[in-house]
Amino acid sequence: MNALRIAGLIWLGLVLVFLYAPILVMAAMSFNASPFYQLPFDFSTRWYEDLASNTAIRTAATRSVLIALAVTVIATALGTSAALALFRYDFPGKRILQVLLFPPIAIPWLITGTAMLIFFFAIGVGRGTPAVLIGHVALALPYVIVVVNARLVSFDRTLEEAARALGANPWTVTRRVTLPWIAPGVVAGALFAFAVSFDQFVVSYFLAKPGDSTLPVLIYTSIRKGFTPEINAVSTLIIVGSMALMLVVARFFSFGGHR
Amino acid sequence: MAEVSVRGVTKRFGEMTALDDVSLDFVNGGFFALLGPSGSGKTTLLRVIAGFLFPDAGEVRIAGQPVERVPVEKREIGMMFQSYALFPNLSVAENVGFGLRTRKVPRAEERRRVGEALELVQLEGLGERKPKALSGGQRQRVALARAIVTNPKVLLLDEPLSALDKSLRVDMQIELKRIQREVGITTIFVTHDQEEALTLADRIGILREGRLVQAGPPREVYNAPVDAFTARFLGEANILPDILPEGARVALPSGMRAAAVRPEALRLTAEQPEDTDNILPGRLVQRVFAGSMATCVVDVAGVTWKVIDRDRDLPQLSDDAAVWLSWDTADTLPIAPG
Repeated sequence: MNALRIAGLIWLGLVLVFLYAPILVMAAMSFNASPFYQLPFDFSTRWYEDLASNTAIRTAATRSVLIALAVTVIATALGTSAALALFRYDFPGKRILQVLLFPPIAIPWLITGTAMLIFFFAIGVGRGTPAVLIGHVALALPYVIVVVNARLVSFDRTLEEAARALGANPWTVTRRVTLPWIAPGVVAGALFAFAVSFDQFVVSYFLAKPGDSTLPVLIYTSIRKGFTPEINAVSTLIIVGSMALMLVVARFFSFGGHR
Repeated sequence: MAEVSVRGVTKRFGEMTALDDVSLDFVNGGFFALLGPSGSGKTTLLRVIAGFLFPDAGEVRIAGQPVERVPVEKREIGMMFQSYALFPNLSVAENVGFGLRTRKVPRAEERRRVGEALELVQLEGLGERKPKALSGGQRQRVALARAIVTNPKVLLLDEPLSALDKSLRVDMQIELKRIQREVGITTIFVTHDQEEALTLADRIGILREGRLVQAGPPREVYNAPVDAFTARFLGEANILPDILPEGARVALPSGMRAAAVRPEALRLTAEQPEDTDNILPGRLVQRVFAGSMATCVVDVAGVTWKVIDRDRDLPQLSDDAAVWLSWDTADTLPIAPG
């Protein structure tokens, strides 16, 4: 029993070390003055200052955030509507549509990216920010639908009937009864959509024009040219930002269903 | 005048005919119970009147207006659901005020009417609570307040009391009747509980397999059921066997081919009774004591009969004893065989 407990604690320790140690090392190095990771540690905010004056990174970061926000809004609106339609109505081909939701999640992004590139050239969209936006929305949509649908499963349809009996038109029913119930699912879906877009490297790499890189693509290309601790600095900022966002959302909504 | 009128309504779901040419009038201010076993079509009929379902044929009128193609939200009905269907994200007052908000009633008037409705159901002061902080009985009252606060033309209740435990259910029956009288609203409620229907309603309609079998005041339907199904469904009924056992004497009124007798109309004796028109010999199978009353199960030529009487009026006999059943001809219920 005791040995098992110790083994378990060691296991837990290893998981945490391998998850967080690389991140912590990176964060620490972003505050180290040496560009070659030399010790002893010499605290400096030099890389953050460099970052502030690096227009390429700042432009790419702004572009990434704007694209991710646009994708979040579009994919959440479309995905929530689609989930509601699949929940409320029976129509021919509904099952096929539901089945078709899952392959895009399972197909490797590398393949999706290649396919999208070929397709976008074939239909004349080509490479560039519009292509990135369309591609990201397409990738994020199934996540939103699946997450919102998971929340809808626990929704009591009689509530919609009760609202209609009280004189509410379909829009009022959705706004005052259905949406408040699925709100945690919609927020979770929106987070997924934001993450799929903001973290997206593979598909963006294929679809972005060379001058119009998103942040992940830019980070990748700079690493290939030679490592600079500025990348550590920008990565640390991203981690702090996303963790703060997660904590705020988790504070207001309980994920995974019932309160 | 009939507040709600249903004429020749038929509703099919694929191959299944849920309602088959049903016609019924619901009088203004009346309390009408739709009674039937599950699958009889009573809930379908309620949903057709509510507007959740459109009939395949026939006519539905509310306050004289044909509404069979009018959606629920435009029908001015009040409805209470079995699960109460309170909006979990809204407070009690917001729940009750929901129908006033959709009708664009000014806020001050909304507050006043919500307050009155909560007073009517004796929930004053609980307006700020969320539904999950209420007991089952309180939730039910909120659902009722929400359904009547808009002054609907008709109140529809779908198995309104079945989620409550028995003692609370009886209290709520009395309460529901009081509120219905006070508001004077035409009420239609669906139940599978015959006792509840007899207690609450001033008219009942019995459905079976999508057809209306009988409709009328409870006493009339109870005392003069049209067929064996109705007789058995509304209370218990002993059906006279086709071939009478030896020693039996039954005075059937002329033209009557089948008959039933209510358990409480029967007398059970150990000796063959004198001077009575109807006697049946049988064998006591079981005697079930239930406080002031007792039920005796008697085998009459292979058919099970039940006798309900005051416990002290029933003879103390051992199981399997030979007994005699007797009753007055006035208590013979004529029924169509079925």
